[in-house]
This record gives sequence, C-alpha cells and structure tokens, in this order.
Amino acid sequence: MSDPTALEQRLDRILEVEFSYRNTAVPAARIAGLAADRQAYIMDWVQRIASTNIELAYQYACRAAEALEALEPEQVEAWALQAMDTYDQEGLHAALGIMRDLEGFVARSRELAVGAVLKREEGVLLGFLHGLSGRRLKLAAGEPVHTDTETLYLPPVLARLERPKDNFLLYKLMITGFWAQVRWGTFRAPLLRALAADPQPQRLLQRFGSLEVLRLDARIERELPGLYRELERLQGLLREPPLPPAWAALRNWAADPAVTSAGVLQRAQALADDLPPCPPRIYQGELLPEAAGACMAARMEREKARFRVALKLLQEELSGEEEEGADESAERPRFSRREIPDDDPEREMEVEILLDGRPLPLPLEVRNLMSSIQLDLGEIPDEYLEPAGEGEYDPALLGDEEEGADDVWSGSYHEQGAFLYQEWDFRRQHYRKAWCAVREITVPPGPGGFVEATLEKYAGLTRQLRKTFEAMRDENRLLKRQTDGEDVDLDALVEALADARDGSEMSDRLFTRMHRTERNIAVLFMVDMSGSTRGWINEAERESLVLLCEALETLGDRYAIYGFSSYTRKRCEIYHVKGFDDPYDETVKRRIAGIGPKDYTRMGAAIRHLSGLLQGVEARTRVLITLSDGKPDDYDNYRGEFGIEDTRRALIEARRDGIHPYCITIDEQARDYLPHLYGPAAFTVVDQVRALPLKVSDIYRRLTT
Amino acid sequence: MTEAKTIRLDHYLVEKEPYYQPTGDEIPVFEAAYGNRLPVLLKGPTGCGKTRFMEYMAWRLQRPLITVSCHDDLTASDLVGRYLVKGGETTWVDGPLTQAVRAGGICYLDEIVEARKDTMVVIHPLADDRRTLPVEKLGSLIEAPDSFCLAISYNPGYQSVLKDLKQSTRQRFVALEFDYPDAALEAEIVERESGLDAETARRLVKFAGMTRNLKGSGLEEGASTRLLVHAAKLMASGVSPVSACRGAISQALTDDPEMLAAVDELSSSLF
Repeated sequence: MSDPTALEQRLDRILEVEFSYRNTAVPAARIAGLAADRQAYIMDWVQRIASTNIELAYQYACRAAEALEALEPEQVEAWALQAMDTYDQEGLHAALGIMRDLEGFVARSRELAVGAVLKREEGVLLGFLHGLSGRRLKLAAGEPVHTDTETLYLPPVLARLERPKDNFLLYKLMITGFWAQVRWGTFRAPLLRALAADPQPQRLLQRFGSLEVLRLDARIERELPGLYRELERLQGLLREPPLPPAWAALRNWAADPAVTSAGVLQRAQALADDLPPCPPRIYQGELLPEAAGACMAARMEREKARFRVALKLLQEELSGEEEEGADESAERPRFSRREIPDDDPEREMEVEILLDGRPLPLPLEVRNLMSSIQLDLGEIPDEYLEPAGEGEYDPALLGDEEEGADDVWSGSYHEQGAFLYQEWDFRRQHYRKAWCAVREITVPPGPGGFVEATLEKYAGLTRQLRKTFEAMRDENRLLKRQTDGEDVDLDALVEALADARDGSEMSDRLFTRMHRTERNIAVLFMVDMSGSTRGWINEAERESLVLLCEALETLGDRYAIYGFSSYTRKRCEIYHVKGFDDPYDETVKRRIAGIGPKDYTRMGAAIRHLSGLLQGVEARTRVLITLSDGKPDDYDNYRGEFGIEDTRRALIEARRDGIHPYCITIDEQARDYLPHLYGPAAFTVVDQVRALPLKVSDIYRRLTT
Repeated sequence: MTEAKTIRLDHYLVEKEPYYQPTGDEIPVFEAAYGNRLPVLLKGPTGCGKTRFMEYMAWRLQRPLITVSCHDDLTASDLVGRYLVKGGETTWVDGPLTQAVRAGGICYLDEIVEARKDTMVVIHPLADDRRTLPVEKLGSLIEAPDSFCLAISYNPGYQSVLKDLKQSTRQRFVALEFDYPDAALEAEIVERESGLDAETARRLVKFAGMTRNLKGSGLEEGASTRLLVHAAKLMASGVSPVSACRGAISQALTDDPEMLAAVDELSSSLF
C-alpha cells in the first residue's frame, strides 16, 4: 500500500474530495514515505476522525506523518482524541486550532507529564480538604487563585516542579493555605472597611495578605508539622528567597497564637511607609475581599435562617414529647449557650447549646451548621439562639438552592443542572465526553381511577398473580438432616441408632435447622416513553406496570419505575414515576396513569443514568428491566448502528457494575439486534401487544427465581 | 509466651481491673440500674469503649461476664440451649444466656440488632419485671436471681431499616449513650493504653478527628478509639507514624484507593 496514488485515491474517498478543494496529493506523498504499519495507522485514524468531521480529518492527514516522527504513537493518539473532544465541546474552530498547533500540544503534554492535573487529583485532594475542615469546602479550577470561603479556585495544572509528586504537594499546600484562611478567620477582619478608608488600598491589601500568610504559616507549622517539613523542602527546590529581615521580625510577631486577623490588619495599617513588599510564598494565592465578603454575607444570612429554624424544630419536638397538648401560651423553653473553657488558644471555643439550662444533644446537621457559623463569626451570637417564628423565612433560603429540572429546562438548551453522560461513538472507537444532558423530571399525575379500572379488567389474573408471588416470598424452610441445628431430627436419629445397632456407620446428620431464604433484589423498570408507543402500546405498558406493582407489593422486592425519552443529546429526559423509597400510593398510581408518549429513544444515556441510581441501592441482586417497543433511535444521528453500539456499551458498563440488564420488547424485529445488545438469554419478545400485561409479571417471576 | 487457658463461660470473672476512663455518669447509672434489676442498653459507635465498659463493670460488681457477639444467623436456641446427641442419647446443653441466668452473672449481647428476630422472644421476658427465661424445649421457666443482669449494645450509626431496634425492645432498657471521648480524654486513653508520649497521642487524636470529618463524604465511619490505640501501639513499638496510621487506621476504614490516598495525605501532614 506504499503507492502514493493509491493512498491519494483512498484519502480522496474518505475526505470526499470531489466536493471540495482539498489537496490530497501532498499528504499522500508524505504518508507514502512511511513504513506500511504506520501508513495503516494513519489511514485508520483519518477514517475515524472523518466520521466526526472531514476538515478535521484532512488537517490530521496533513500533519500526522510529521507528528509520528516527532512523537510516540500514544501521544499522537492523545492529540487526535483531544482535537475530537474539543470539536465535541467547542466546535470546529477550536478543534482545528489544536490540529494545527502540534507544537503547542507537545509542549502542553510535556507539562502534563511532569505536572499535576487538578481534575486527576481532585478526588484525593477533596478528601484531604474535607478531612481538614469543618465546612464542606469545594474545589474548582479557576483564575485568579483564591478562595471565596466556600470554593477554592486552583490552577488546572501545576508544573512548577520537576516531579509530578512535588507538584501534587504544591496543590496540597495551596489547599492547606486556603483552608487556614477559612479556619482561622482571615475574612473575619474588617478588611473592606479598612480598604475603603485607606489612601493606598492596593498596598494595604498586599501588606495584609503578606502578614496574614505569615500568621497562618506559623499556625500550619504548629498544626501540621509533617506538611510544613515538605513545604520547606519545596521552598528549597523552588529557590524561594528567604524573608527580608523586617518581615522575618514580623513573622516572629505573627507566630504568637493570640494574634488574630483583626490584629494583623491593625499591624498592616501601622507598617512603616518605606517597608519593601514581601515576596509571595510559593503557595500563596490572591486575596479577593469582595468575593469573599459577598459569599460570606449570603451564607451568614442563609445559615442564620437555617440554624434558627432548626432550633424551632428541636423546640417543637422536645415540647411535644414532654407535655402532650401543652397550653400554647405557656412559656416556651429558652435556648442559651455555654462555652466550654479550653486552655488551647489554637482551637475555637467549644460551645454547647443549652435548653432551659440543660445541655442539648444536637443532630449532626445542626452541629455542622454551628461549626460553619463559628468559622464566620467566631461565636454563636445571641440573636441566633432565638428560634425562628412561623413563616419568618422564605423557604427558598432554607433549601439548597438547586434549581428544579423543570425550571432550568423550559425548552432552552441549557446544560445547567443536568447530569452529563458520555456516549460511545463506534466510528471513532471512542467515547464522546459529557455528551448527553440528562434531566430527571417527575411525571405529571394522570387521571385517577386508571389503576382500579385495570385491576378490574384483569381481576382474575390479579388474583392469580398475588397467589404466585405470595408463594415466592421470604420463607423459613426446615432443613432436615443437618450436622448442626436447633433441634434433634428424630427420624434421622432413629435411623442412625438403627444403623449403629446394625454395625454400620452412624450418620452425624441428626439435626433440623430453620433456614431463612432471603430475597434481596432491587429491580428498576425502565419504560420506553418514545413517540412510537402512542396508543395501545402505551396503554399496554401502563397496564403491565399496574399488574407488576401489585405483584411486587405482594412479594416485597424493592423496585423503582422510571420512563425515558429524548430529543437530541441535549434533551434526554428521565421521568420519575416511582423511586426505590417511594411507597406505592395514590401519587405513584396517578403517575403511572400519566405516563404518555414523548419523543425519541436514546437508550444509552437512560441506561447510564438509571444504572447509577440502581448502584445506589443496597441489594445482593440488581436488575434493570427495559420495557421497549423498538430500536434505540434519536433525532440527531443516534440511528441504526450508532444507537445500537452505544446502547451495547452502556449495557456492558452496567454489567461491569454488577447489574443484570433484561429487555422485554414488542418489536418483532428485535431478534435481529437484541442478542447483540443484551446477550442471547436476557430478553423476551412479546409478539402481541395485548399479551404484554399478562407476560411481564410472569417474566419477572421466572427471572428472579 | 503465655499459655492459653480454658475457662468455663459461667466462671469467667474479670480478675484484674480493666482500664476504663468514664466520660460521664455511666458508672453510677449502671450501678443503680443493676441494683434495681433493670436491664441496660449501650448505644454508640463501634470501638468507643462499650465492651471495655462492660468488662469494667463486671470487675467492679464481681460477677461473671458472658459476652455473646450476635451475628445474623444467631437463633434463640443458640442463646438458650439445645439437645445434643451423645452416644445414642440426647442430652441438654445450656446456651450462654441460660448459663448466665443460672450463674447470676452478667450477660452482654453485643450488636443485638444483628441477631435473628426470634431471639427477642427470649430476651423480652428477661428484660421486664418478670425476669424469667422460658426454656421451651425443657418445658421450664428459669427465674433469674437478683444478681443477674442483661446488657445489650447497638450502634445507631448503621442506618439500615433492617437493622433497627424495635420500640418494644428498646423501651425495656435503661439506655446509656457512648460516644468518642473528647479530645483531651481520648489522648489520655491512647497514652495510657499504648505507652505513647503525650504529644504524639494528641496528634493521633487530631488525626482521628480529621477522619471523623470525612464521615459521610467518603468514609462510612471515622476512626474509633480502638483503632487509635492500635496505631499508638504500633508507634510505641517503633513503627513510623505514617505507616502506623496507614496500617492500623486508613486500611481499616476503607478500601477505596482515592480515599486511602486522601487519608494518608492527612496523616503525613500531621506527623
């Protein structure tokens, strides 16, 4: 295949040159100069990239030979994949930039090889941070490097040192530095006021920042000596200049545990005019007092509300317990606080909340809230101890400000608040990252009476179902002839004694034992709500669900029902009908009645989302059952092989997580593709729609016994 | 090496005073309950000293202590007793609970929620003012002597529906709540149990606090006092603090590699 003309023809075909002005002769000649295996490698990738975008593939063909000479094949692969990922996320222009800027990619990948990447280390760093702190601080990549007292903004990659391990350590130091700011109240100082009053606010901010770092540095040295040793080593590696003498003296002053951030601020204001600035420490970030102030103000209002509401709930709970139906006008018990004296000035004062003078055990959330309030204010102020009045606070202030899927959604193309899932592109032989936006929506309740009507329609069947499923319930079985057990098995004993008389060996299996068979199954039904189910298929699905619920309620298995539908990758919807913890009540019944046909069937995203839910349930066996009427299919190119291959991938992922997928379908052609998706024995084709309600419960019974 | 010695269950007396550091008024409350023939329920997370407290109380009251660790296959007959076949004849063998009742000792059922539901049937009559143990298979009823005491323990931290103590059971007991002791006391306990120096013990307790911060965001439970004592013992025998924390604490808490790394980072920062 080393012939340039043959290569050019192949490139022409892949890149559809007929319809464009692309010059394939030059790249073909370059590629033809390579060894046969490299030629094949490049052509394979050109084909894969062309499935994403042809221009991108053309650029790849132009640069690939050169890239292969300069780089390891894995790096070339990473380059191509990054270009395609960028195309997915940011479009053609950005992706072409990456294809063209091979040199930049190489430089960056060197950086990545020695550096630490925040995304990669996030799990460990976050665990470290949460271990340190009382408040659930968050991590994010961002500029400038600072904290707003809730999120720490860090550089996405750190490559200032030569070894990845040291760069990781630098992250750890940065995090500790910011944690120390929150922990020891840097922002409790009246910084904004002082800055507004100062003729040189920029200088004051810088001086306060430098001095505050020295104070916290000393605290870190005392609290985390192991980390401090590493800090000193890194300072050596990065050749951090020693502190100027004036600042070294200030360090000695700031090291006193009694110094607070307010004290630091006063000292910074009083510093001599001609003091040179202090060089920043290696882990020092920026100080953004406005951002921190805004964040603190919002949080303080929110936490005050939550704390006071929590006290009110506690009060109600306690008074309800002690004096049933007490007179409303009676004096309510009063909260007060008691500070537990502690000779260690490093620690925050421990505070106990008392109710009428007696210490009150607080629930964990309230204790966390309290420690967060103390971080901001240094104490629990008196007005916080006044329980909230009825309706005093807007509920929006109390809940986590998560926007409901319905609100975010409303027809726009927002990815905010959605779960993002990857999708398998079989032509690319790779995942498209964060490709499908999935949202959970609650099914609007349908008309009442549907469940009752269905039960009446299938009255005979329901009775029979109940009987069969009752027989499957947990039961105690008496095992006979055991070596050990609660009781002597008389039959066995008589036999054994007879044997002994007889001269033959006496059995030791002489006991009976109560054995409990335990069903420990969680099953999730994933119901196709695509447009093609309109009419009697939808009705059959709903009827099946009603009968199933009856059966499962008898059986006692944990189960959940979710519908799914999609309209392009940006709009994959999961319809909540019944979660694992929801009881089978009127609401759920109305929701079953409300299941209606929607749009298309992007199965991969639904399987990924629902396997995640199923993973969260504690059960020995987890089953994911799909009720469907056809192939995976969606409006954008989720058709045919693409949809099938992605669904197959999603099912493989689910199986890897220990979930058993099963499919019940009414698509007569399903025998062509279902074995490929679910395996030869994990699906049933129900030929007649009318038979669906009769079959589904029966299939479930067979599946789980 | 000391030689193993075999003691009959109902003769097991705690001879040496076990080290126990009270965190509140649990000792007088237990003694009052014992004096009034009331059963006791110990609540608290794992490794905070419930079992040690029982040993201490058994020593203080000089009664034999019979401990049964409950598991999910533990049945009423395992507690009460059963017939065994010996040389062509059946003989009755008392279970640990019956032995304790007969000997007038203290029966401590550890992690009672793990046991099968039918065990409650034999516990209930012992736990109220009847103080009797029905032995169905013998057709008899054993009345407990005044010196008998029933104690059970349970960990409310397991938030599983299946593993909750029923109201009808819990409302028969005098409840004592246990939690990890406060930092200073915990450091003292660690120091005393392991022979570690005060400063390292203090750091170790701080490390435990950090792992307890992680409860719910990656760890199911934080490090218990028991684990701290283990780590401290390793350190006292010359193991480096970071390895001791990894071996005795992090690895005991989780298998998740990311969480392990995070916990290791915490310990290496502290020591």
